Amino acid sequence: MDIGGINLVVLVASLMVAAVPILLAALGELVVEKAGVLNLGVEGMMIMGAICGFITAVGTGSPLLGFLGGALGGMVLSLVFAFLTQVLLANQVATGLALTLFGLGLSSLMGQNYNGIKPPLTGAVPFGPLRDIPVLGRIVFSHDWVVYFSVAMVVLLWWVLKATRLGLIIRAVGESHEAAHALGYKVNRIRLGAIAFGGAMAGMGGAYVSLVRVPQWVDGITAGAGWIALAIVVFASWKPWRALIGAYLFGGISVLQLNLQAAGSAIPVEYLSMSPYLITILVLVIMSSGRGRAALNAPAALGQNFHAAR
Amino acid sequence: MLRRTLLATAALGLGLMTTGGALAAGMDKVKACFVYVGPIGDGGWTYQHHQGALAVQEAYGDKVELQWQESVPEGADAERVLTQMALGGCNIIFTTSFGYMDQTNAVAAKFPDVKFEHATGFKRDSANVSTYNARFYEGRAVQGTIAGMMTKSNKIGYIGSFPIPEVMNGINAYYLAAKKVNPNVELSVVWAFTWFDPAKEADSAKALIDQGVDVIAAHTDSTAPLAEAAKTPGVIGFGQASDMEAYKPSPRVSSIIDNWAPYYVKRVGELLDGTYAQSDTWAGIADGEVLIGDITEAVPAEVKAAAEKVRDDIAAGTLHPFTGPINKQDGSPWLAEGATAPDGDLLGMGFYVEGITAEIPK
Repeated sequence: MDIGGINLVVLVASLMVAAVPILLAALGELVVEKAGVLNLGVEGMMIMGAICGFITAVGTGSPLLGFLGGALGGMVLSLVFAFLTQVLLANQVATGLALTLFGLGLSSLMGQNYNGIKPPLTGAVPFGPLRDIPVLGRIVFSHDWVVYFSVAMVVLLWWVLKATRLGLIIRAVGESHEAAHALGYKVNRIRLGAIAFGGAMAGMGGAYVSLVRVPQWVDGITAGAGWIALAIVVFASWKPWRALIGAYLFGGISVLQLNLQAAGSAIPVEYLSMSPYLITILVLVIMSSGRGRAALNAPAALGQNFHAAR
Repeated sequence: MLRRTLLATAALGLGLMTTGGALAAGMDKVKACFVYVGPIGDGGWTYQHHQGALAVQEAYGDKVELQWQESVPEGADAERVLTQMALGGCNIIFTTSFGYMDQTNAVAAKFPDVKFEHATGFKRDSANVSTYNARFYEGRAVQGTIAGMMTKSNKIGYIGSFPIPEVMNGINAYYLAAKKVNPNVELSVVWAFTWFDPAKEADSAKALIDQGVDVIAAHTDSTAPLAEAAKTPGVIGFGQASDMEAYKPSPRVSSIIDNWAPYYVKRVGELLDGTYAQSDTWAGIADGEVLIGDITEAVPAEVKAAAEKVRDDIAAGTLHPFTGPINKQDGSPWLAEGATAPDGDLLGMGFYVEGITAEIPK
């Protein structure tokens, strides 16, 4: 299974790992946007998750608590956003951008004494003999628990959004907050819940970067992953399954370009590095120009604040 | 900043510029400033420079005031930082990354009485700019020897930062030394195009490991490649710039330690006693500027002995890592039998030696 000197099995296994942070953050943002809120602060929430998770994991010695700490850190920051946009009715785009800048600065301050420390290791889930199955063992049974958690969240969110009352309410709020309000739903409270969930997911994604992928703390460690997560949500046209595909595509290409270099391929890496962004632009162009079904899939009330006048 | 304090600072700067000439014959107190490309806590390159800065304080006590700024991006921002430092009364400014070269020279031209010291560069446009560098490639020859003897897959890897001469030297020296002890060795190079981005450095190391590489040398500034190597049993690597002893005994089996302290102490001392002059320094293992970190017990005794012999021979001057015959990658001759590489060739190196199959990114 070698193509151009690159083992496909190994490539798939590593892209699944590389995609975890952006997948988690994208899933969180997907729910937020489904509820009609545009939170551009994903990058800020991710990096807060990265440092809070790191501090918790180093302090307690438990990677699991680290992930919870990361989720909490992202959630607390997202509540700042929620307060500003849902209570004070501030502009969502500007608040989101400010949230990213704030998160980057605050995380740098919090991380002052955490440079160069090794966090406790998050090991692979022990599947025993299953790991030795050729091909499948390496791809499916060789990861840490967060990889499985991220895929499970895809399934869970798909099911919740599609088949449950909760999903229906979230979608109603995102499509027409006036109508949802008229039905008696507390629009701003539901949105607040969605924002907090999005913050927790982004925080976990960030914690994965600082606890598993790198694993150490440095300023600006997420390096723009939050923006990619935002792009994936649009790329996925607000569908969890497509978010999975998008994250694996983005993760896959970043892994592939390094692997191609390591294998001594002659393809210029610059093209591969830019390809995820090219694809995103293409998707955006197609979606915004066409009257296809994808264009209709954006939540109708996305980015609009709601104030109950009656 | 209030306008009044801004004006006061500017006036102070002007005052320093006009009175600076009178101070040239020795100074009572020196303000030494350092510009770092990453955080001090990177555990590598910047950490070592900061150790050097602290050694200056240690050596001269109250006569020296230190100032430093971390994580200064290479490019226009550096010029702003340098100007602020020069205006803020710094007498000598050490710019510790290759990418500050043009900014250092540009700001130096505006502040003729402030001394500028640029690490790893080659431009000295004005009389107050000196350059200093270390012969890292000598350490790479020691690492290459270990790599060639230790690899089981016969695939060794190198994470490059930018394709600049300093890095090309390292790659070629590493490969040549490995090839000498193991003719079957193959080298994979991954360019990270950053000095400091742990996520990318870790991904690069992972890509190399995925390709079957089991010895990884990194020319970037953080410990991330070692942290990645630690996840896979049997993969070894080296401390880069700093000892990175947290990863002993494996994956970190040895290291190159940049020991800037003697140089910094000497230069600030010269400024204090008035003997300071523009210079271009390139010191290596023999001068103690490049140190080889402890070779751990993860390395068999005969490999350790061979590596130490390379180190000692280089220190004694009996071995040059680039000794002919060596051809360039395209097969054209570079060094004749027995010839050693002139410094000029090394400082401008822009090619791979024969046997490396990778391509240099344009």
